Amino acid sequence: MALTLPRERAAGGRFGAYGGRYVPETLMAALEQLAALYDAARSDAAFWDELESLLKEFVGRPTPLTDAPRFSAQVGATVILKREDLNHTGSHKLNNALGQALLARRMGKRRIIAETGAGQHGVATATVCARFGLECVVYMGAEDVERQALNVYRMRLLGATVVPVESGTRTLKDAANEALRDWVTNVPSTHYIIGSVIGPDPFPRMVRDFQAVIGREARAQLLQKAGRLPRTVVACVGGGSNAIGMFHGFLDDAEVELVGVEAAGSGIASGLHSATLSAGTPGVLHGCLSYLLQDPDGQVLPAHSVSAGLDYPGVGPEHSYLRDSGRVRYEAATDQEALAGFQALCRLEGIIPALETAHALAWIERERGRWRPEEIVLVCLSGRGDKDVAHVARLLGTN
Amino acid sequence: MSAITSSESRLDRAWSALRTARRTALIPYLTAGHPDRGTSLDALRRAAEHADILEVGVPFSDPLADGPVIQRSTHEALAGGMTLAGTLELIAAAKLDRPVVVFSYLNPVFRYGFDRFLRDAAALGVAGLLLTDLPAGSDPGIEAQVRESPLDLIRLVAPTTAGDRLRAVTAGAQGFLYLVARLGVTGTSRELATGLEAYVARVRAASALPLALGFGISTAEQAVAVAHLADGVVVGSALVERLAREGPAAAGRMLADLRQAIDRADRERDA
Repeated sequence: MALTLPRERAAGGRFGAYGGRYVPETLMAALEQLAALYDAARSDAAFWDELESLLKEFVGRPTPLTDAPRFSAQVGATVILKREDLNHTGSHKLNNALGQALLARRMGKRRIIAETGAGQHGVATATVCARFGLECVVYMGAEDVERQALNVYRMRLLGATVVPVESGTRTLKDAANEALRDWVTNVPSTHYIIGSVIGPDPFPRMVRDFQAVIGREARAQLLQKAGRLPRTVVACVGGGSNAIGMFHGFLDDAEVELVGVEAAGSGIASGLHSATLSAGTPGVLHGCLSYLLQDPDGQVLPAHSVSAGLDYPGVGPEHSYLRDSGRVRYEAATDQEALAGFQALCRLEGIIPALETAHALAWIERERGRWRPEEIVLVCLSGRGDKDVAHVARLLGTN
Repeated sequence: MSAITSSESRLDRAWSALRTARRTALIPYLTAGHPDRGTSLDALRRAAEHADILEVGVPFSDPLADGPVIQRSTHEALAGGMTLAGTLELIAAAKLDRPVVVFSYLNPVFRYGFDRFLRDAAALGVAGLLLTDLPAGSDPGIEAQVRESPLDLIRLVAPTTAGDRLRAVTAGAQGFLYLVARLGVTGTSRELATGLEAYVARVRAASALPLALGFGISTAEQAVAVAHLADGVVVGSALVERLAREGPAAAGRMLADLRQAIDRADRERDA
C-alpha cells in the first residue's frame, strides 16, 4: 500500500483522556462491529485502492494548491490555498462520506443517516447514497434549513429525505441528537455517517483517516511546488474535520506552526460564540469526552456563529488532546471578521469561500505582520461559499 | 433466605422483600422539577405510595436517548431552574420511604464531580445510579467509583446486547438490570416488542440480578404482560405525560391502577 495513514495517537479509543464511547447501551454492539470492521479495513490495501480510485474519478482529487498573490500582499505573507472547495459537491466533506459509504456497504447496511449544519456534509452524504443506491435521511436544524435553503434543495434533488429538527436550539447540535435517536431505533439496518471528527469511537479516528488525504496531498504538493514546508498551517474548526485532516500532514514537522480557528461569533465575552477550545471546559456530548460549551450544572450551552457549519458547542476529542499538548494553537475569529475575510478572498482572488473557511482567512488578516513575505501560510480552503451567498447578502444588506 | 448483611444494598433488601412477597415491582420514572418544582415534589410523594422503587430523572439539555415526552419534561424542568443539586434537594425534601435510583446523563454528574455526587447522594440515602450514556466498559474508573460507593451501579441491557457484551454488562452490575424492551428512544408504544420472552430468558441465563423491563410500557395490559416475564415494570413516558396533562393526582391514580393490574397478574401466576 503506497498510502501512509496518520500515526495513531489514540489508545483504547481515547486521545489522552478525551474521546471514548459514551452512548446508550443499544448502540454499543454497532460501535464494536464498526470498530472491528474499520480496524480490518485500515490495513486492507484493497479498501484504500477502491477509495483512492473513487477520490480520483468521482471526487476529482487531488485538489490543487493555488497561490493567493493579492491576498498575500495584503497580509504580508505567501498565502497558499489548499482547494478543498474544488472537490465534487464543493467541500472536503465528500472525502469522509465516501469512505464511510464503502464501510456501510461492507456491513450490508442499506440505510444511511447523517446530521448536517451548513448542509455540506448532508449534500456529500446524499451524493454518495445516490452513487451507491442507498437510502438517505439527513437531519438538519430547522434554523439551518432556513439559512441554507440551497443545500436543502440540493439534498432533495439527490434523493435524500431532509428532516428539519425543531427541538432545542434548532441547529447542528440538535440535528446530531435527532440522528442519534434515529440510530438507536434503526441500528440493525442503518449506518450513521457522522460528518466530523466527533462522536463515539471509532468515528473521530475513522473520519480523521478519511480526511487525512488533505494534509498528505498538501505536504507533497507544497514540497514539489515550493521546495519547503510552510511556516504556518491554518484551518477553521467547528467539529474540526478539515483541520484534523490538514494538520495530520504536518504534526510530525515540529517547525510547522499549526493553527485552528474557531468561531468567536459576536465575541467570546458576549457569550454568543462557538469557540469551544478557547472558552469551553471538558464534558461529554454526542458520545465523547472533549471540550464543551456548558454551564456550571453541566447543561450544554447554545453555540452561535454566522456560519452554520461552525455553530456547534463541542469539538473533536483529538483537537482537545492537541490543544492540551500545545502542538496546535487554537484561536477564534468573530462573525464580523469572518465576513470581512469572506469578502477579501472574493475580491482579491476571485474565489468565494465558505463562511466556515472565512474564519481561517480572518485570523490571517488579523495577524498581518506576523510573517516575512516569503514565509508560506498554507490555508485549508475547506469549501466553496455559493451556499452562503444569500445569507451574506442579507447580513451585508446588499441586493 | 439469608440474613441481611452489610454487603446487601438498599435495593438488594427491597428485591428480597419483593421476592418473599412474590410481588412484581412497579418502578415509576419522573423527571425532577417537571412541570415545576412544587408539582414535581407532590408527584414524587404520590408516586411513592404505589412504587416499590422510584426513578428520579435529572434533566439534561441534550437527552438523546429520550423521545418527545421526556424531552419536553426535561426542557420544562430546566426552564424552571432545575439542576442536579436541585434534584438532590428535591429528593431530600420529598422524604420518600422507597429506594430511589437517580437516572441521569453522564455530563451533569461529571460536572458536579463524581466524588461529591456519590457522597451527597449517599447522605440522602439514594439507593442507585443509572447513567444513560455510560455503558459498561466505557469508563472503568467511574464505574468502579460508583460500584464501591453505597449507591448501586444500575446497568441498562438492550435488545442488541448479546454474547460477550452481555457478559460484560452483567459482570459488575448491581441492584437490578434495567432491560430496554425495544430499540429506540423512551416513549409509549401501542404494542410490546416481539421476542421479549426469549430476550428476558437470555438475560436471566447470564445474571442472577432481578430484571426490570422498561421503554414503551403505558397500559395495564402491557404491565400485566411484563409482570409475567420480568421482576419489575418501569413506567416512564406514559406517567410523565399523565402528570403534564392532568396533574399529580391523576398520575397517582394511574400508578394505583397499574399496581392493581400487576397484583392480579402476580396472583394469576401463583394460582
